[in-house]
Amino acid sequence: MTGVPSANGGELLRVEGLVKHFPIKAGVFKHTVGYVRAVDGVDLTIRERETLGVVGESGCGKTTLGRTILKLLEPTAGGIVFEGRDLASLSRRQMRPVRRDLQMVFQDPYASLNPRMTVREIVAEPLRIHRLYRSGGGRRRVEELLQLVGLSPEHANRFPHEFSGGQRQRIGVARALALEPRLIVLDEPVSALDVSIQAQVVNLLDQLQDELGLTYLFIAHDLSVVRHVSDRVAVMYLGKVVEVGTREQIYEAPMHPYTQALLSAAPIESPRWRGRRARIVLEGDVPSPADPPSGCRFRTRCWKAQEICAQEEPLLIPRAGGEHPVACHFAEISRPLALAEQATPAGAGDNVPPATSV
Amino acid sequence: MASATHSIPRSAGSVPEPVLSIRDLTVEFDTEDGVVRAVTGVGYDLHPGEVLGVVGESGCGKSVSMLSVLGLIPMPPGRIVSGEAVFRGEDLLKLPESRLRRIRGGPMAMIFQDPLTSLNPVLTIGDQISEAIDVHHPGSSDAATRKRAVELLRLVGVPSAEQRYTQYPHELSGGMRQRAMIAMAIANDPTVLVADEPTTALDVTIQAQIIEVLKAAQRETHAAIVLITHDLGLIAELADRVVVMYAGRVVEIGDVFSIFDSPRHPYTAGLLRSLARLDADVDRLEPIAGQPPSLIAPPPGCAFHPRCALSQSRAACRTDVPELRALGSEGGHRSACHFAEELTAAAQPVRGSS
Repeated sequence: MTGVPSANGGELLRVEGLVKHFPIKAGVFKHTVGYVRAVDGVDLTIRERETLGVVGESGCGKTTLGRTILKLLEPTAGGIVFEGRDLASLSRRQMRPVRRDLQMVFQDPYASLNPRMTVREIVAEPLRIHRLYRSGGGRRRVEELLQLVGLSPEHANRFPHEFSGGQRQRIGVARALALEPRLIVLDEPVSALDVSIQAQVVNLLDQLQDELGLTYLFIAHDLSVVRHVSDRVAVMYLGKVVEVGTREQIYEAPMHPYTQALLSAAPIESPRWRGRRARIVLEGDVPSPADPPSGCRFRTRCWKAQEICAQEEPLLIPRAGGEHPVACHFAEISRPLALAEQATPAGAGDNVPPATSV
Repeated sequence: MASATHSIPRSAGSVPEPVLSIRDLTVEFDTEDGVVRAVTGVGYDLHPGEVLGVVGESGCGKSVSMLSVLGLIPMPPGRIVSGEAVFRGEDLLKLPESRLRRIRGGPMAMIFQDPLTSLNPVLTIGDQISEAIDVHHPGSSDAATRKRAVELLRLVGVPSAEQRYTQYPHELSGGMRQRAMIAMAIANDPTVLVADEPTTALDVTIQAQIIEVLKAAQRETHAAIVLITHDLGLIAELADRVVVMYAGRVVEIGDVFSIFDSPRHPYTAGLLRSLARLDADVDRLEPIAGQPPSLIAPPPGCAFHPRCALSQSRAACRTDVPELRALGSEGGHRSACHFAEELTAAAQPVRGSS
């Protein structure tokens, strides 16, 4: 996961104008009265053997994006191109062989494992569904998978409740690996785990990626974990990608005001930063995805917003001399993770973020 | 020179009496699987106006210790086996419920993780804040109470406070609900404010708002804050001193800089090394091996020894429970490790700082 992105392979999966709307039903006859625009026009490329991190706050659409890419949710519009084929138009039956290549690990290791199945049954299930259990090595294959994720073969006959959160997440990873996928969508894979256990699972994922040549789409709200695992990072806000770039571009020289606000607001695990960091405290809450603001969706909370932001939706393109795409009319580099020489005074001037010293 | 914080001679002048002093607190719960020793021999002081961070992973006893002091654990199955918690010269653990009720929400107030379950869904925000004021100021007029409640909502940054006063909790966003709960907590000028995971359920940008509100609340009330959290980032940002808990015990106490820069317990050091960092690229995380122990049958000796990189199964770690002891030169820094002196300053990369 720490490889240089350009050294990675070519494109593995491409998402074009992906849209997923959920109807809002009301009344006795369940008329559709509107749509939640969970994912509203997303373009992304995932390259072979890389980790693409997707960050954003709750309701930004990152989980829906992951599920729609795997067609666990039917896309409303747009394309999902995997190895040259558009998955969006495939039927369930046509999707079946493709699913071997695309797997998922879920956030909650308590809810995502069937409590009535043994670990052996859980890990073997994808093999059985794809009629590969016998030919794939049967019991031996399951034991091999358990060892691969750091569990012992003796664990195979136990039930999920006998395991801790970290061990359950390992079982979920073993299940995802059973069909030897190319791409794994990891949806908040460590956020339900204690800090000391998170590192164990992160390192396991890292090692598996190296050994098996996996590609990850890593969805999380924890900016520190995403920095650690990702080669590239996409930042989402209200159903759109607002900025995408390499880890260095996003963390060291972000250009979108929202990315800058996120990075400046997240607590840093060292007291040395106190009073030496300009913090942007955004006002208000995220607007409803059922009725997003016109133009730029971030404008209602943005200190840079001008008339054009309400009128014209900013395209996700390289801007202001930067190299990575950013969807802001007034994009410019800032360094929220560089130590400030002096604490920035609050509310100074028009185009200065409302920074307060920490 | 000075050993443990609480034993610094008062002639030093700068260290006032603690506002809350917990000693030797032990709490058990009866469960189907056996007796869970949730808290064992916990003791710490809270000084006036400070932010004391209590940090540890789930099940370490960080919440239970404070909830027992406030009389908020269900008994049974809970049971306070021993200990005292002295607040204003009285032992809270010996007070009858009627007296405790006058203290909670008054001089000792609480902020919980999930404002949606901690607020009453059938009362308006305003009614709930007014009720909090009324309980502790029975004489005040309705108009005065209402005025004070709206004032409090403004103080915690609730826009159009007059209007919000008449709304129900479900009509507010998570961040607004947390603000309302903070308003309620500071309604009676508490001297102690207990904040249990106050930002955990919130998004990053809302977290940042609530951190600012907590700071404002402290400026307003000068309350001492007990900040209970698993989030080391929040601790690094807000706490003056830190209590680290593991398996129901306090394993380390110190000022926030000592804890982060030179932790003297292998658990604290391991926790810091296992963190991904927002401000730096870390090549490989160093997890703590193994799992947290069962509190029904904890390991003998030091509960951390099976996971400890420093112990290497030395006999003392396996047989003797290490005492929380003062470490020579560092004022107030205490560690419950037999071999604390062997820990060199932890390599915590702090980029750009000298």
